[in-house]
Amino acid sequence: MTLKARVIPCLDVKDGRVVKGVNFVDLRDAGDPVEAAKAYDAAGADELCFLDITASHEGRDTIYDVVRRTAEACFMPVTVGGGVRTVEDIRKLLIAGADKVSINTAAVNNPDFVREAAEKFGAQCIVVSIDAKQVNEPGDPEKFEIFTHGGRNATGIDAIAFAKKVVDLGAGELLVTSMDRDGTKAGYNIALTRAIADAVPVPVIASGGVGTLDHLVEGILDGHATAVLAASIFHFGEHTVHDAKQYMSDAGVPMRLDA
Amino acid sequence: MTIAIIDYGSGNLRSAEKAFEHAARAHAHVPDVIVTADPDRVLKADRVVLPGVGAFADCKRGLWAVEGMSEALEEAVHVKGKPFFGICVGMQLMAQRGLEFETIDGLGWVPGDVTEMKPSDPDLKIPHMGWNTIDVRPEGHPVLKDIDTGPDGLHAYFVHSYHFACANGSDRLATFDYAGTFTAMVAKDNMIGTQFHPEKSQRLGLELIANFLDWTP
Repeated sequence: MTLKARVIPCLDVKDGRVVKGVNFVDLRDAGDPVEAAKAYDAAGADELCFLDITASHEGRDTIYDVVRRTAEACFMPVTVGGGVRTVEDIRKLLIAGADKVSINTAAVNNPDFVREAAEKFGAQCIVVSIDAKQVNEPGDPEKFEIFTHGGRNATGIDAIAFAKKVVDLGAGELLVTSMDRDGTKAGYNIALTRAIADAVPVPVIASGGVGTLDHLVEGILDGHATAVLAASIFHFGEHTVHDAKQYMSDAGVPMRLDA
Repeated sequence: MTIAIIDYGSGNLRSAEKAFEHAARAHAHVPDVIVTADPDRVLKADRVVLPGVGAFADCKRGLWAVEGMSEALEEAVHVKGKPFFGICVGMQLMAQRGLEFETIDGLGWVPGDVTEMKPSDPDLKIPHMGWNTIDVRPEGHPVLKDIDTGPDGLHAYFVHSYHFACANGSDRLATFDYAGTFTAMVAKDNMIGTQFHPEKSQRLGLELIANFLDWTP
């Protein structure tokens, strides 16, 4: 058989705590990211993503403790993003037990940071996170632009060209978030996901806007992503990771169902 | 039982350390897992683990930069015959040569070269990243005891762009399919190696590590 599509739950973490909470039954502390990670591990998550949205510099160290405790309990790959700006940030996350780090704003501001990171740690652990919106008028040719600061700041950078560039610089994987869909539950922007996935040789993770399990299937089959990331549909108990994977398998996506 | 995980500055050793501790306990071993850059501690350990992520040449240089480590490895594995486990690039380093970016000698323990993966389907993504099943040669191996493999078996977690093209098919213990057949595991004498990451492969990985700790070559 061949490589399976991956389902990646993403936890937003602030000052070492899960933001918005995670509505699982049987968790001793639903605000503890490590408890949530263990539950996702048990439910068959293929990887786990922590997005650190801690604002203060002093609070930044809390993520290392979260990653350390997760690595002790979960034997699956963990990606950490949010505020990764220096080689030292990456080194500390990898030593704490992260397998991959995702670089977002720092890659936009200084693409050469991607090259530096890939040369130092290997392309396999460097994920570049691309936040983009579709900016063409309806009926016009598709155009996608990179946004920063949670979708507030336009950069004028073309998302497809940027994706190709960071892959040339050494990114081993791209996390493509449809910023115009994030939080809408309307599904991934499939045109964006597919345009990037077809333009680069590396794996693409689809993100932003998942509301139903069909959206996950579309991300793989129509968006040509090899992994799908989702947050709220899993956190609030609407669907378990296992149910999502079974659903995707039934829809014809090769999935790992042994976990 | 002392298990030495060699620290030469390559990647995430904490996961490997915790996975070996977890697996040891599962098979009623008292875990004494050390992550070390000290050749003497490698020589004194009962089992030796060589991890590795990134590029072949970087790992080779990193390993050789630890004074006395390459000599200690040779002695531990080939004179003292300690069970050895190479993980990912740690497994690739067992080859004669690596051909990633530049041609560079490996440890030369298992004949063959580490070369770029070229799946026959050009649409397939490189790196080969994620969960795949493995096919084990019919004779099997003690480290795979009671592990469900094959197309309907357990999955292993891979992340790599290069693969170990073994010169002797008999050294290739398991393969995976990615529009082509590639090396998933090598086994020779007291040595085993996995292209995938057992420390990230949940049940398959933990059972494999536990079997390695039980194994008397």
